[in-house]
Amino acid sequence: MDVMVHPIKTPGPASAAAAAAAPDSAKIIARSVNVYYGDKHALKDVSVDIPERAVTAFIGPSGCGKSTFLRCINRMNDTIPIARVTGEIRIDDLDIYDSSLDVVQLRARVGMVFQKPNPFPKSVYENVAYGPRIHGHARSKAELEEIVETSLKKAGLWEEVKDRLSDSGTGLSGGQQQRLCIARAIAVSPEVILMDEPCSALDPIATARIEELIDELRANYTIIIVTHSMQQAARVSQRTAFFHLGVLVEEGPTETIFTNPSDKRTLDYITGRFG
Amino acid sequence: MRARYRAERRFQLYGLVAIGLTGIFLVIVLADVLFKGLPAFTQHQFVFGVKVDAAEIDPNNTRKPDEIRAGDFQALVRNTLRGIFPEASDRAARRRLDGLLSSGAGDALRDRVVADPSLIGQTVRVSVLTSADADLYFKGLGTEITRRAGRGTATPSDTSGSIEIASTVTDFASDGTLTDAEPSQLVAINGGVVKLTEIRGNRAAGEVLLPLSSAAAAAPGSWQVVTYVTPESNRRVGDREVVWLERLKEMGAVRSTFNWRFFTAGDSREPELAGIRGALVGSALTLFVTLVICLPLGVAAAIYLEEFAVKNRVTELIEVNINNLAAVPSIVFGLLGLAVFLNFFGLPRSAPLVGGLVLALLVLPTIIIAARAALKAVPPSIKEAALGVGASHQQAVFHHVLPLAVPGILTGTIIGMAHALGETAPLLMIGMVAFIVEVPHGVTDAGTVLPVQIYLWSDLPEIAFQAKTAAAIIVLLVFLFVMNGIAIYLRRRFERRW
Repeated sequence: MDVMVHPIKTPGPASAAAAAAAPDSAKIIARSVNVYYGDKHALKDVSVDIPERAVTAFIGPSGCGKSTFLRCINRMNDTIPIARVTGEIRIDDLDIYDSSLDVVQLRARVGMVFQKPNPFPKSVYENVAYGPRIHGHARSKAELEEIVETSLKKAGLWEEVKDRLSDSGTGLSGGQQQRLCIARAIAVSPEVILMDEPCSALDPIATARIEELIDELRANYTIIIVTHSMQQAARVSQRTAFFHLGVLVEEGPTETIFTNPSDKRTLDYITGRFG
Repeated sequence: MRARYRAERRFQLYGLVAIGLTGIFLVIVLADVLFKGLPAFTQHQFVFGVKVDAAEIDPNNTRKPDEIRAGDFQALVRNTLRGIFPEASDRAARRRLDGLLSSGAGDALRDRVVADPSLIGQTVRVSVLTSADADLYFKGLGTEITRRAGRGTATPSDTSGSIEIASTVTDFASDGTLTDAEPSQLVAINGGVVKLTEIRGNRAAGEVLLPLSSAAAAAPGSWQVVTYVTPESNRRVGDREVVWLERLKEMGAVRSTFNWRFFTAGDSREPELAGIRGALVGSALTLFVTLVICLPLGVAAAIYLEEFAVKNRVTELIEVNINNLAAVPSIVFGLLGLAVFLNFFGLPRSAPLVGGLVLALLVLPTIIIAARAALKAVPPSIKEAALGVGASHQQAVFHHVLPLAVPGILTGTIIGMAHALGETAPLLMIGMVAFIVEVPHGVTDAGTVLPVQIYLWSDLPEIAFQAKTAAAIIVLLVFLFVMNGIAIYLRRRFERRW
């Protein structure tokens, strides 16, 4: 923790004070988050504020802990038996590592889109309808259909799939599959959407569509995107956090990070000297 | 360099030789089973017009089904046969004649008459089961028969009893007394058959087996010297029976039909009456019990171990032991079943219920291992996706992982069931090896299963049971092939690549 450039220099439990110091209005506040995979200390003392209705990009070389941190935010690390998380993460003052918290409710609030498009091997309709159905969001069939339609429209996929809702989701193209996954995440009306390298398996055109979509979704959702592409981070995000070797090196407005980083490691990384 | 190429070629050659040998053995086994077993799928019957004599089957003239059922239909059929060969008048001859009929020869007639009592008093054309020996004779296990037309004019001394035949030229083989250790010589002359016992030049002495119509001289070419190439002592049917059977065949009273009885009858001590219905039903009931126990238990255990169990010493131990259980000799499971299910729980002996329980123990590890492999093959991204939209772990498993694993689980289950179908040893231990004629009606009735039936039949001395054994093996193999075929089809059809 020698160098830690962060708006809040002293990681503290006083969340009210932290919220006040955060840029804009902080949706997610992380304090002193450590993650261990068995003996491996994967994430070291990360503290960061994520602003609401904005895109925050996590960048950094492979294995730097950015995906690990992302997966802390909806507690996906719980599925890995050897993973252990310490510290505090709050979403709207809700401590998500509180023992009384229902993980299922948390994941309904924090949606996730994965690196590889992973639609269920079911119909397009079923893919989107699954989330609302298990959460009981729709009281009738018509309501469910409406949710599916709005979600697909928000994901910019409606026009392409409206005539083949009953076809298998795995039959779509890669870019369509990823947008289907976004629609699936939107369908449970989350507040936060986590995206783990959503474009790494896609061609440039499909990537452009997803980036466009992220830009549109920003108006309604708090989005965190992990990416290997610095250009992508520069294009879609308002704020950027740079991770290196499990440490959050620097976090700030995207423009600042890319034009005037305060840490040498950040500079080295964005100029392509390593990574 | 050259040595390396040679080594490679040599290794390929070893492989080819190994595969070739395996293939040859397989072909030999299959060909042998088919060759032996196929004859058992046909059966020869006599077709007679049998007079349904009221005195034999319904002496009190009640026409009640129960009364009729108790009638001696066997005697009716026997009398008909005796009517065709009236010369078999002494006891020994009659017994030999009766021996051509199966002990169940009257069954078909009984069924018809019970169903329709108005047949009593009429002559009914009916198919009558032959005895196993007669059946085997028609299937070619008798003797080769050569016929040579007589060159001279032959004159028999009488029409029945011990007679002498004189020919004008040397028609008969070498001089001497004929014994039953050499090929039998017979003369078919004037509509009858004479078995030669002694030959002296142009004259031959013999016994009349079928009476001659007259003692008149037979012109050259109108009579025959018949040779049964296989000596009588090496045959199960004597010359007398052969003469009768050949005569019946000439009369058109012998018919070969598909042996439905093999599939519709239970076991029997008489080869011609024995069938595999009891064993088939027993196998089906046993497998049903096995499936009902194994599938839910195995799948539940697999899901728990694969998806929910905490990985620690205990679960590791359980895993290792499941793999070990799959390798335990099946007879051990039989002993376990004997000790636990029969002695401790007091379940009925020989019952498909107990057989199914024992086989369930045997198959459970196979199913658990297959189901775990199928669950593991579902990509974790699917589960993550479900968790990502807020499904609980259990929902993710039951809504997404399990449905995708079902084809793999089914494939494993079918292969496990095929394994259970072919299993013999543990069932011997729990008494399913008993001779049971009745087809079981429920899981607690005494019964046997197909492989045990094969084992039982293979132990019997009658030659006819050899064919039955092979035929039952064919049926078992067909079932196994079909089951494995379904498993392969399922795997091909639902195999998914991510």
